[in-house]
Amino acid sequence: MKYPIYLDYSATTPVDPRVAEQMIPWLTEHFGNPASRSHAYGWESEEAVEKARENVAALVGADAKEIVWTSGATESNNLAIKGAANFYSGKGKHLITLKTEHKAVLDTMRELERQGFEVTYLDVKEDGLIDLGVFKATLRPDTILVSVMFVNNEIGVIQPIAEIGEICREKGIIFHVDAAQATGKVEVDLSKLKVDLMSFSAHKTYGPKGIGALYVRRKPRVRLEAQMHGGGHERGMRSGTLATHQIVGMGEAFRIAKEEMVSENERIRALRDRLLKGLSTIEETFVNGDLSKRVPHNLNMSFAYVEGESLIMAIKDVAVSSGSACTSASLEPSYVLRALGREDELAHSSIRFTIGRFTTEEDVDYTINLLREKVGKLRELSPLWDMFKDGIDLNTVQWAAH
Amino acid sequence: MFAPLYLDNNASTQIDARVFEVMLPYLRERFGNASSRHEYGRLTRDAIDRARQQVAAAVGAHATEVVFTSGGSEANNLFVKGAAALLKPGVIAIGATEHPCVREPAKQLVRQGWSVLELPVKLDGHLDVEAAQELITAKRPMLVSQMLANNECGAVNDVAALSAVVKQAGGFLHSDAVQALGKIPVAFRELGVNAMTLSSHKIGGPIGAGALVLDKRLELQALIAGGGHERGLRSGTENVAAIVGFGAACELASSELGMRSANMRAARDLLEAGLSALDARVFGGVEPRLPNTSYFAFEGVDGDTLVGKLDRAGFAIASGAACSSANPEPSRTLLAMGVVPQLARGAVRVSMGATTKLEDVKRFLEVLRETLLQLRQLTAVSVE
Amino acid sequence: MAYSDKVLDHYENPRNVGSFEKGDIEVGTGMVGAPACGDVMKLQIKVNAQTGVIEDAKFKTYGCGSAIASSSLVTEWVKGKTLDEAVNIKNTQIAEELALPPVKIHCSILAEDAIKAAVEDYKKKHA
Repeated sequence: MKYPIYLDYSATTPVDPRVAEQMIPWLTEHFGNPASRSHAYGWESEEAVEKARENVAALVGADAKEIVWTSGATESNNLAIKGAANFYSGKGKHLITLKTEHKAVLDTMRELERQGFEVTYLDVKEDGLIDLGVFKATLRPDTILVSVMFVNNEIGVIQPIAEIGEICREKGIIFHVDAAQATGKVEVDLSKLKVDLMSFSAHKTYGPKGIGALYVRRKPRVRLEAQMHGGGHERGMRSGTLATHQIVGMGEAFRIAKEEMVSENERIRALRDRLLKGLSTIEETFVNGDLSKRVPHNLNMSFAYVEGESLIMAIKDVAVSSGSACTSASLEPSYVLRALGREDELAHSSIRFTIGRFTTEEDVDYTINLLREKVGKLRELSPLWDMFKDGIDLNTVQWAAH
Repeated sequence: MFAPLYLDNNASTQIDARVFEVMLPYLRERFGNASSRHEYGRLTRDAIDRARQQVAAAVGAHATEVVFTSGGSEANNLFVKGAAALLKPGVIAIGATEHPCVREPAKQLVRQGWSVLELPVKLDGHLDVEAAQELITAKRPMLVSQMLANNECGAVNDVAALSAVVKQAGGFLHSDAVQALGKIPVAFRELGVNAMTLSSHKIGGPIGAGALVLDKRLELQALIAGGGHERGLRSGTENVAAIVGFGAACELASSELGMRSANMRAARDLLEAGLSALDARVFGGVEPRLPNTSYFAFEGVDGDTLVGKLDRAGFAIASGAACSSANPEPSRTLLAMGVVPQLARGAVRVSMGATTKLEDVKRFLEVLRETLLQLRQLTAVSVE
Repeated sequence: MAYSDKVLDHYENPRNVGSFEKGDIEVGTGMVGAPACGDVMKLQIKVNAQTGVIEDAKFKTYGCGSAIASSSLVTEWVKGKTLDEAVNIKNTQIAEELALPPVKIHCSILAEDAIKAAVEDYKKKHA
């Protein structure tokens, strides 16, 4: 086995070797700028870009003309939210999102607040899912945009996108969905879903980093204000030289995802269930987020009375994440787990295991054994574990402020 | 395999084989998210740090002054929109021949109350330094963006001459150095700019990486929010492979600058000697200029037609800039240089690469001569 | 985050893990921190009543690697010291010894507080 064992597929995935193989010729001999209209180098690149666009569209039930290339899901989220909010600002100034969204959505919303928009950050239920009743009650006549992620990056729960879409469409509200964590994991069919804008990333689905896409619905047509201006690439929605090799990589990655996701997800679900079963034999562990409305790839667990960072240190043969990779440098407990109402200490002791295409049964078994051993060792070190064993309710203890 | 001779290096360059080698592991086993705190993440974080040093070193900047972006267009947008967002609306001055990715974001600022001032060029395509200095002193722009080298005619501009007046007017100076890097020496401090744009795929690196180099005086608002990567100036998971390639390409571009520019110059001079025998009108062509770029037209010959013919004959060159693509308008750069639209429509650009061979240029000239002969006969027939 | 070799050593081979009987008259117990902040340290000292010298020390810590290392280190340092000497251990010394990065300085502060709390608890018992 190769150490550390990679169980952090939601942070990023390796490029599938089949994808890398497709990319390399476009990085070396076919190097033309797809915008070059005057020679074959440009044309062949353009053709490859369009073929990839079709592959991306096919995975999500869209038309190729509805796919706009970006540098990644973060840019897609920025473009969708700022672009739509600015375009439709004449209709209203109210935006709605969830407290558990990715920073790319939350930080963008904060920026719009500084520009005079009003944003409602909805709480989620204890299982991590949106409360549709609360959501409906939050809608206002001046609500112009709703942004809800398809699959949460930390706890893997799947939001009811179809239902939210129905509500938004009925009220004429633009609905954006961050689907960075969804592609290849859940079925995404934009011919049925009433979604207007959807963000995609390649590197969460075995494609390369540095490329993503934004779906922009044509019927009914959704308008955006461009955020990056220049040569007018991507029908004016996003200027900048297109990176052919990366686009080809995303196309191939999405093509493979469409072809293999059903069988792959079955295999991954079995591995996740094995991991869950193994880890559940450890006392005082809790799964964060709903288990049924969840992608099969994700297991987020709290190991009570053990601090997360020291646990990650103890299991350094397994590459996992505590909280989201993007908030890495901070010592704050995950804002997503806090939004579920998890007490801070359980949030602190959470680990996100994300399983993927190259995970094996041996990887899972090794991880279970390692966790059993290390959690035991750290609990022996933990004064909180002693107190728990002595029957003391930690919530009744007066802790010195620190 | 049919491989046309590539003479369109200002649009994009072929990746250097050594750069490709350095990148490969980052498309394969070194795949970690650079924000992850485990081994996979540390490996890619270290690689990005190294690339940042390489990019900084290539232009004599400090690594902490380098912000990676998805390319030159984004870096130019980041300067124009990002700096403007934190300032009270005022005047932004841009060169008359700037790339659309400076011009268009500047135009966007008008709605927020900014006005756009153009710094004129002379007939040879160079920035008119005296006129620009006077304009800046009179209109006191907060933001000035003047490209170092023009992508179409290859004129190299005296950006440094604007530094003092911009500072005096209390503004910030930016230069798009995308076409200059790898062809002429580019020194961040000597230019006296606050910010500078670089791009990977114009110097033998991959498409998909660029940088805004900026000093600490200049504050920007990020264009892309979320996660706080690149000191909060550019969020989004880093494109590690492309950044690594960009770093390696920068290092090679500086260590081989002398050799590369001499090679480009020899190829270009050979071309231009041949062009004068064919009665070409060369645009610009006055030093200081890039060693690799020739921009020219032939009276009565349509540029797109000529380029199309040459493409079928196995030569990849450009008419105008790649980005303005489907645009049938004559080049803005040429109009700014006082070229009449009819002649401007004939413009074609040949841009040499680091390894363009003299015999290939000779071959090109031969085919060009034949093609012109054909085209002129055709026009002669149609006139009759 | 890169940990120093000393942090890793204490983390992997923590010294003096364990507990003394809390009610023992010779024992002083300091418990500092809070679970919600991500670290709780329990430091116990066993004091020779005649000499006033700390003869033994034990700890248990819930926290990151640096917190565990800081508490492990101070159990070594306080042994053989008088109570007055022990309370003079400064967090900066701990941070320096373990080469703690700035974001982990609070761990050394917590360890210093734990010593003070244990000494205070001992003194309270003997007041």
